[in-house]
Parts: sequence; C-alpha cells; structure tokens
Amino acid sequence: MKNRLYLPRRTFLKGTAAAAGTTLFAPSVLRAQTKLTVAGLHSSPVENAWNSRLHQAMVDAAEAGAIDYVFSEGVSATDYGRAAREYCEQGVDLIVGEAYAVEQEIREIAADYPDVAFLMGSSGQPSGDNFGVFGTWNHEGAYLAGMLAAPMSESGVFGSVGAIPIPEVNMLINGFREGVNSVRPDSEHLIGFIGTFFDPPKAREAGLAQIDAGADILFGERIGTADAAKERGIKAIGSLIDYTPRYPETVFANAMWYFDPLLAAAVEDKLAGNPTGKNYTPFCLMIHGGNDILFSADMVPADAIGPMEEVRAAIKAGTFEVPIDFSEPT
Amino acid sequence: MSEYLDILLTVGLWSSALRIATPLVFGTLGALICERAGVLNLGIEGIMTFGAMIGWLTVFFGADLWTGVMVAALCGMAFGLLHSGLAVVLGLSQHVAGLGITLFASSISYYIFRLAVPVQGTPPTVEPFQPWPVPGLSDIPFLGPTLFTQTPLTYLAIVLVLVVAWTMNRTPLGLAIRMTGENPHAAEAQGLDPILIRIGAVCAGSAMMAVGGAYLTLAAFSSFFPTMVQGRGWVCIALVVFSMWRPMRALLGAMLFALFDAYQLRLQTVAGKAVPYQLFLMLPYILSIVALVAMSRRARVPRALMKPYRRGER
Repeated sequence: MKNRLYLPRRTFLKGTAAAAGTTLFAPSVLRAQTKLTVAGLHSSPVENAWNSRLHQAMVDAAEAGAIDYVFSEGVSATDYGRAAREYCEQGVDLIVGEAYAVEQEIREIAADYPDVAFLMGSSGQPSGDNFGVFGTWNHEGAYLAGMLAAPMSESGVFGSVGAIPIPEVNMLINGFREGVNSVRPDSEHLIGFIGTFFDPPKAREAGLAQIDAGADILFGERIGTADAAKERGIKAIGSLIDYTPRYPETVFANAMWYFDPLLAAAVEDKLAGNPTGKNYTPFCLMIHGGNDILFSADMVPADAIGPMEEVRAAIKAGTFEVPIDFSEPT
Repeated sequence: MSEYLDILLTVGLWSSALRIATPLVFGTLGALICERAGVLNLGIEGIMTFGAMIGWLTVFFGADLWTGVMVAALCGMAFGLLHSGLAVVLGLSQHVAGLGITLFASSISYYIFRLAVPVQGTPPTVEPFQPWPVPGLSDIPFLGPTLFTQTPLTYLAIVLVLVVAWTMNRTPLGLAIRMTGENPHAAEAQGLDPILIRIGAVCAGSAMMAVGGAYLTLAAFSSFFPTMVQGRGWVCIALVVFSMWRPMRALLGAMLFALFDAYQLRLQTVAGKAVPYQLFLMLPYILSIVALVAMSRRARVPRALMKPYRRGER
C-alpha cells in the first residue's frame, strides 16, 4: 500500500487563507522577483531565421540563469490570441513574440492582463504600460557587409533578394546598397522581391535571375538566395543569422541581428517595475550590441577590411551613423 | 522595350521555367488522374507538404535521394488511400475530405519534422539532386542547356506526362479510368469495379503529388520548411481545369505558369526601376486567370466528377 500525503480540506483552506493574507499584507519588497518567466510565442518554427534569433537569445538567457523560458512554435495567427491568453493565465511575466498578423487582438489581450509584459515584433506603436514593440534593425551590419562586398565584384552589379518591401526589409537592402556605394559609387544594384516570406526555392530562382542579369555578389535577405550563388560559384551575404556554416564556400559575410539587448532591456524594466509599453527598437543598434557584421577574413580582400573596421569602430563609438532609409529600393 | 523581348530568348529564363514547372507538373498530373476517375483531391497541398517532408527526412537519415522520392510516393499513396476511404468508399463530401487531408497532412508533417529533427539555428540540409546533362543531347544549342541540363526529377516529370497521356488515351486501363469519371454505372455494367478504379486512381495521383512536394526539398532546395509548398497545390488544381483534363495540356499549362513566374523574376531586374514590382508578381496569376477563362469555355468536365458512386444506387 502506498502512503498518501493527506491534507484535510479544512486545514488546507485555513492554511491557504493564512498564506494569502500574509502575502497580501507583506511589504512589497518580499514579493519582488529576481527571475522572470518568459514565454516565446513563435508563429513559425524556431528554425525560421528571424524566430531563431529570438529563441536563441532566450535560450541563452535561460541557460545563464537570468530567466525561465517556455515557448510555443508554429502558432498560427488564428490561434495566437488563445496561446497568449493561456500564457497570461499561467502567470508568465513576459511574452515575447510577433504582432504582425495580430496587431489589434494582441493589444487587446495585453490590456486585459496589465501584469504581464509584452515584447512584440511589430510595425505599430507601443500601447498601454505593458505592450512594448520592436523592429528588426540590422542595417548597420548590412552597410559594413556592403563595404566588404564592393571590391569583390568584377561586374560591379550587386543583387539583393528580399521578401516583401516592408520598411524593415527596405532599410536593410538600402543599408547594404549604401555600404557598397560608399566604396564604389558607380555600382549597379538589382533588387528582387519574391512576394512571400517562406519560399526558399523561389528566392533561389530570384537569385539566379539576378546572376543571369549580371550580378556577381548577392545579398540574401531571404534564405534560398545563397543557394543560387553557390550553384553559380559566386559569393553571397547573409542576413540575421550566420549562414557561413551552411554555405562555407559562398557566404563570406553576415549582417547579424542579436535580440539579446532587447530582451535584457525588457527584462530589466519588468524587474524594476518600470512600464514596458515602449519601443525597444533602438536596442537593435550596434552601439547596444543589437547588430553587427560577422565575416570570414580569408574570403575577402585584405585591404577592404581596414576601412570597414574603421567605420565599424566609428558606429560603435557613435561618431558615424548609417542612414536609415525606409523607402522601397528600386 | 527590346530588353523585355531579349529575356524571352535567354537560356536562363527557359531553364528556370522548367525548374519552377516541375513540381506543378507532378501535382497537376496527380490531380488530373484523380479527377479523370471522378474524385476531386483537395488534399494536394497537404500531400505535397508531406511528400516534401518525408522525402527530405528519409535522405536526412542517410538514405539515397531516389529512396527519398520512393518513400514520398508511398506516403502520398497512403494519404490517397485515406482520401479514397472517405470520399470513395464512404462517399463523403470530396471537398470536406480533401481539405481535411490537407490540414491533417500539413500538421502531421510539422509534427514528425519536429520529433525527428531537434530544434536548431537553421534547418539542416541534405545534398540535393544536381543537374544531370543528358549525354549527347545537352550539347544541342539552346535546347541543351535548358531542356537537357535539369535534375533527374524534371526528366521524370516530363516522361510521366507522356506515360500518363499514353495510358489515358491508348490503354484499357485509361479507358476504364475515364469511363469511371464519366459514368461509373456504365463502367460497372462492363464488369469493372468503379470503387476499386477510383481508389487506385486517387492513390496513384496522390503519389505523384507527394513526389512534386519532394522535388521542392530534394532538388529545388535542400531543407524542409513546414510552409514551403506555398499554394503550389492550389495552382495545380486550377491547372487541371486549364488543361481540360488532358495530360499534355497539363504540361503546357504548368510550363506557361512557370514561364510567367520566371519572366517576372527577370523583369524585376530590368524594369523594376519604373514599374512597381507587385505588378510582376501578379503577372503569372493574372495571365493564368485569363488563360483559364479562355480555355475553360471549351472544357469538358468529367461528368461524374465529385459524385460519389454507390453500388446499386440510381
């Protein structure tokens, strides 16, 4: 026979009431938290480049003991609100995710749960005290990658393949273009949009079309672009994540984006009891460590690295600003 | 203006069109066979997704590429069996059963993928099919580098069109399938089993759909993403109407659609500076709709399409 831990209902109720009373009237400092539970709510699989940046930052933070991390992936827009509410009911402190497809609904949910902080990728503005937003800015890394790419092209034609010309994609491609032009003002740029976010075979075809049109360096905002470069034996640049291990002979530089500073800022605000309903995008800037360039020195001309590193240092020191251009590149 | 026309003569354009058309050819042929037997198979989008996943996964776990394609075809057949169980044997709504299969197959693809492949930064890759120049033929000017320098799956798609066209038009089996799609009672009066023929057609068609999906992960790209079929299955359903349920026209329709798509990707590189790119993205769909309207006026729908066959029922 097994021993069971038996608690008479009356004792349980008394105990619960006493505990609740103590907590309610205890000074707030006793209830102050040191570790937040953060929920990641990903509408794509976490292998998707953008989601992988969020996921990795939160996994790293959890491994470092800074947060507790739980997550759901592949949550469709129709299910997103339910999943968010469930996390709120479970008592998580911060929900990190993407509001793009559910801008209105997720704001209403945030208003229903004022104790839960939201940090959402969004094209909109923050709302209330607890709904914070962020954009994805890695244009500085793209600018530096453009500086490295400029002398590597023989034809002087540079191709960029993007998903859809939303401001964040535009500024990234424009950043790359400015970087190239700063070294090589006579360069020509081909821009292609595939009209969707998840179609690697199509991104590959767009890349091949640009190579056929003369491009010999490709900037891949979308995965699949580097496959075209690999197939034709030219070089490519990746965005958001490090594509070099995947295409070791092809991708020589990556405009990296790091979610860590954004997460840290939101966690800090939440722990300190500050309102989190603000725009966290500025933490994407290189000065905060939110984006950078990652490149293989043995694949780029040695004399291109020096000037690029100078600009990189200037950006980090705050003496140089990469122009932000949201307009659609043509 | 001349640069618009120049593109039409480039090797790159036609080569690209063949690559884009390949999954559409498999999918359209598959849907066509099902419909010729009288069964609409809206499970296509999900079956393609599953084929893309399982084909890739098989190769990822160490099998060779052709084994991956075979496994995809077998799994496609299994979904075909499920669909025919619902829509043919039980005679349920073909629309509902088909959409159900699409939802089920897409979701279980994701589920299996996640169970089999641990979470990591980027999706893992396999070494995909490489273009295989046909000896002798690949040296022909223009045709060589376009038609005869493709991956083996593209050749398979073209051969399959010929095989299906011949089977449909020249063999007793094709006649039986067509008769089942036109008038299953007449087929039964001839001593044929319409139920069995429909099950067989749906299974064969679904196998082709799954191979079309596998092309995406084993030739067009080297990784699997749960959403990567991107509506290609629905395009195939439209192409069946465009083709007027004829295999050779299915190849033509798929090529036309793919040609517009390849053309718009290239137009973006020359004319993108003057015309909004969205116009080019719309181009393949608009031209397909126009072609559909023009072609389908003369289309003859299989008369028993979407009508469940129940033995002894008048």
